[in-house]
Amino acid sequence: MTILINETTKVIVQGMSGRIGQFHSADMIKNNTNVVGGVVPGKGGETFLDRPLFNTVREAVDATGAEASLVFVPPPFAADAIMEAADAGIKTAVCVTDGIPAQDMMQVKRFLRRYPENRKMRLIGPNCAGIISPGRGFMGIMPPHIYMPGRVGIVGRSGTLGYEAASQMKALGIGVSTSVGIGGDPVNGSSFRDILQLFEADPETDAVVMIGEIGGPQEAEAAAWVREHMSKPVVAYIAGLSAPKGRKMGHAGAIVSAFGESAQEKVEILTAAGISIAPNPSAIGATVAQVLGRRAAA
Amino acid sequence: MDIHEYQAKEILAGFGVPVPRGGLAYSPEQAGYRARELGGSAWVVKAQIHSGGRGEAGGVKLCRSPEEVQDYAQTLFGRQLVTKQTDANGKGVYRLWVEAASEIRQELYLGFVLDRKSERIMIVASAHGGMEIEDLAESDADSLRRMVIDPAVGLVPFQARELAFSLGLRGGQIAQMVNVLTACHRAYRELDATMVEINPLIINGSGDLVALDAKMSFDTNALYRRPEVAELRDRSQEDPRESMAGDYGLAYVGLDGDIGCIINGAGLAMATMDMIKLAGGEPANFLDIGGGASPERVVRAFRTVLTDRNVQVILVNIFAGINRCDWVAEGVVKAYREVGMTIPVVVRLAGTNVEEGQRILAESGLPLHTADTLAEAADIAVGLRQKRAA
Repeated sequence: MTILINETTKVIVQGMSGRIGQFHSADMIKNNTNVVGGVVPGKGGETFLDRPLFNTVREAVDATGAEASLVFVPPPFAADAIMEAADAGIKTAVCVTDGIPAQDMMQVKRFLRRYPENRKMRLIGPNCAGIISPGRGFMGIMPPHIYMPGRVGIVGRSGTLGYEAASQMKALGIGVSTSVGIGGDPVNGSSFRDILQLFEADPETDAVVMIGEIGGPQEAEAAAWVREHMSKPVVAYIAGLSAPKGRKMGHAGAIVSAFGESAQEKVEILTAAGISIAPNPSAIGATVAQVLGRRAAA
Repeated sequence: MDIHEYQAKEILAGFGVPVPRGGLAYSPEQAGYRARELGGSAWVVKAQIHSGGRGEAGGVKLCRSPEEVQDYAQTLFGRQLVTKQTDANGKGVYRLWVEAASEIRQELYLGFVLDRKSERIMIVASAHGGMEIEDLAESDADSLRRMVIDPAVGLVPFQARELAFSLGLRGGQIAQMVNVLTACHRAYRELDATMVEINPLIINGSGDLVALDAKMSFDTNALYRRPEVAELRDRSQEDPRESMAGDYGLAYVGLDGDIGCIINGAGLAMATMDMIKLAGGEPANFLDIGGGASPERVVRAFRTVLTDRNVQVILVNIFAGINRCDWVAEGVVKAYREVGMTIPVVVRLAGTNVEEGQRILAESGLPLHTADTLAEAADIAVGLRQKRAA
């Protein structure tokens, strides 16, 4: 099954004809993703990469039955594009854009609550690498060849650190069911907990790797949920053990401002919830192998 | 982005927050003149730097004559003020704020922050202000009041009244507090702030609320639509390396070690720093080259890292998705030749166009150290560092 995306998911790309959108749309199509069209206001009626373009998301959904949208729209217009997708009935939107104002995202989160649960859009990102179910499709900017198909889920804030984990796993012969980047912004669409819930319910995922970092309450919140509800093993790595307090480390969200937000404190909270911690970023693959081996032996 | 106290006061006053009368000075003479201009018999002179804890560091003083104001200003100008929030170099004092002294009956705390749990603006307030919020949260947590604002409707007056009453305010102070809260919230929303803090918010001799100090920070992602805020940036208060990196589109944070880092992605950058530490080294910096980095941006990254004289080895770790290893490799080769590299460089490339990238490095004929994995890269970098030290 995988989560969020597979070969049947009908995907549109908002901002398809931009420089970045073009490159990655082509890559998605090449890698089995069911891209059914693009949305570029003013270019409706044209074709791009052999796919139809539409002026609005609503037109694209009506014409193609698209259920998922990848948002490649510059920061000043990204929040608007996400809300447009939600209103048009898109089920899953992935936003790659880095640099959206925090208050725009606060509005987006509030806007998404207008819709009843059964037609509320799930937002992944912004400022994320996207989602990939290896061999079955992806929405985002990741290099698909580094992922091997398999049964371990990955969820992380950082795109490149997620790549690092996937490639370490591949080197050990461990494949990925779906990898989800939730993004590095302080206000984001889906939390670690949201994605862990999906993996817990997915029959094709056996274990999950969670890659967190300094700042924010989401890792601790996920730990509490894992302790209470998760039957599948979780391996975690938290980046930023060497980061100084009060300094923003690249990601707008990566700043230690309260208790429980440093890497050390997060490691302690996760350990207490029964999560296996990878002691360093090079040991993520090995820790997953160890946990899977333990499970096979049990 | 941070701004000075006097700028925050000016902004908040524009939204209707009462602040003491004061004036800005760029010289001791001007400070003395400001005091005479304001009149009265007592003035507070406050060093304008981007840091809290100025009082304890000797950057704030109550003066009783314009001469005393000028003498004290003389000792402050050009000084590097070291507070518990700055690094050991402190921050340079180039502007002073001279203010008519206020009589203080009570000090309150008022802050507006982005609460990451509710993902909304949250007001934090206490009837016991004057100390840093971190200390207040530790020593007097029961006095803290919190209130979350729904972005769909904004701050509703009843919320403001509830908060005002819960802080023990009385009579005309209730309406004054509602006004202060509404004004701060509007300033936060309309200028894309990430923080508004009034500490202390005082009750003065006449029983009125006045903002005795003010601090504001802004969302750098929103500066494109807030030119009036963007122009308040004061480069004298920034680490010159960080400002230069920012101009180049790089995220850079200077640290104390000697292994320079050039990485793509904030998470991978933090992980690489962790790995260097584990291997027995110390990172000299955090640096994220960002997405879609051109060879030119990679060259700038090298220049930025090399401005730190402590750097003994450079470690480049790229796991390309939206980036391209071939562009990064071209950048590495270009940088090596352009800056006349005298220290060892370790390069680890993975992801998009990795073969092409490795080929460019190999064919350059440069004495680069290459690694396949993160662990190997960190080990080589730390090993080279130790060899240089020996």
